Amino acid sequence: MLKVSVYRYNPETDKEPYMKDYQVDTQGKDLMVLDVLELLKETDPSLAIRRSCREGVCGSDGMNINGKNGLACVTPLSEAAPNGAPLVIRPLPGLPVVRDLVIDMTLFYKQYEKIKPYLINDTPAPAIERLQSPEERAHLDGLYECILCACCSTACPSFWWNPDRFIGPSGLLQAYRFLIDSRDTATEERLADLDDPFSVFRCHGIQACVAVCPKGLNPTKAIGHIRNMLLSRAA
Amino acid sequence: MVTQVTSFGRSGLSDWLLQRFTAVILLAYFVFIVGFMICNPAMSFDTWKGLFDTTWMAAFTSLTLFAVVAHAWIGLWSVSTDYMTTRTMGDKATVIRMTFQATYSLILFYYLVWGFKILWS
Ligand code: SF4
Ligand code: SF4
Ligand code: FES
Repeated sequence: MLKVSVYRYNPETDKEPYMKDYQVDTQGKDLMVLDVLELLKETDPSLAIRRSCREGVCGSDGMNINGKNGLACVTPLSEAAPNGAPLVIRPLPGLPVVRDLVIDMTLFYKQYEKIKPYLINDTPAPAIERLQSPEERAHLDGLYECILCACCSTACPSFWWNPDRFIGPSGLLQAYRFLIDSRDTATEERLADLDDPFSVFRCHGIQACVAVCPKGLNPTKAIGHIRNMLLSRAA
Repeated sequence: MVTQVTSFGRSGLSDWLLQRFTAVILLAYFVFIVGFMICNPAMSFDTWKGLFDTTWMAAFTSLTLFAVVAHAWIGLWSVSTDYMTTRTMGDKATVIRMTFQATYSLILFYYLVWGFKILWS
C-alpha cells in the first residue's frame, strides 16, 4: 500500500484547499504517478485531473510531485518517492486553481501569445516551400520540442511574482525558437518587443526551469542567447 | 499593476548592463581597499588620509559612490516590483511600493551627498 496525499479544492463546496490522504494498492509495481492517480480515481472519482496522451507528449498532466514539477505520466514512483515513501501531489504552483489539480493557465498562454509563436516572413512566398539548410534547421533543436506543459514557468519565482509581465522560461524558449529560425524575418520587431525591464530581464538565471523540464530543455540558455541578441542589437 | 516608469534606464537591457557594470566597479573598489589594508598592516591615520587626498582616489571613490546608488536603485527596484505588487498585497500595494521607492531614493541621495562632502571638502 502506498500512502498518497493529494491537494483537494472545489471552489463550489470547499472554503479552502486541504490535503486528502489515500491508500493505493500498487501491487509493488514501479508505476508512473499518473497510473497511481488513475487507480485512486477508481475509489474517488471526484478528483479532478487533466491528462491525455499518458506518454509525455501532450503536456496536460503537469503537477507538483513531492515538491518537484513534472509530468505525472512519465514520472515513475521510484524517482518521485523512492523506497515506498509517501507521494504528495499538488497542482503546479503560482497559477489559480480551477479545481483540485487543474490550474487556470490563461496567464501562461497569454505570455506565449505575446511572443508571436508563428513564422513571420514578408518576402514573396516561393513556389513550393521556404528551404532551410540542415545547419539552419539544427538551430531549432532543443527548442521546438517544448510541449507547453508549464512545468518550468510555474517553477520560476520570477514568473510567480510577475506572471503578467515576465514572459517566463517556456515563452522565452519559444521566443528564441522564432528569433533563430532562418525563415523568420521579424527578428528586429521581436527583439524590440522584448527589451523592457520585465519580459526577459526578470530572469535571474537560477535555472529552476532547467531542473524540472520533462523534455530536458534548457530555457536559461535560450534566455542567455536572447540577451546576447539584444546586446548586439544595441551595441 | 506594476509599471516600468520608475525603473532606472527604462530599457531592460540598459538596467541589466548597468547592474553588471556597477557590480564590477564595486568589486574593484572592494578588492583595492582590502589590498591596501593588507599592504599597509601598520596603517596610521596619515596613510589613510594620504590615500584619500590623492585626486585619483577621490575620483575612484566618487565613481564607486555613483555605482552604489545605481546598483542599489536597480536592485531594490527589482525587489519592490517582485514583492510589493497587487498580486501579493492587494490594492494598497502601489502606495506601499511608491512610498518605499521614494524613501530609499532619498536615502541613496543623502548618502551620495554625504559621501561627496567627506571626499571633496
Ligand atoms: S533561470 Fe530564469 S526563467 Fe529559469 S527559473 Fe530561473 S528566473 Fe525563471
Ligand atoms: S520548456 Fe520544458 S518544462 Fe517548459 S513548457 Fe516546454 S516542455 Fe514544459
Ligand atoms: S498525459 Fe500527456 S504529457 Fe502526460
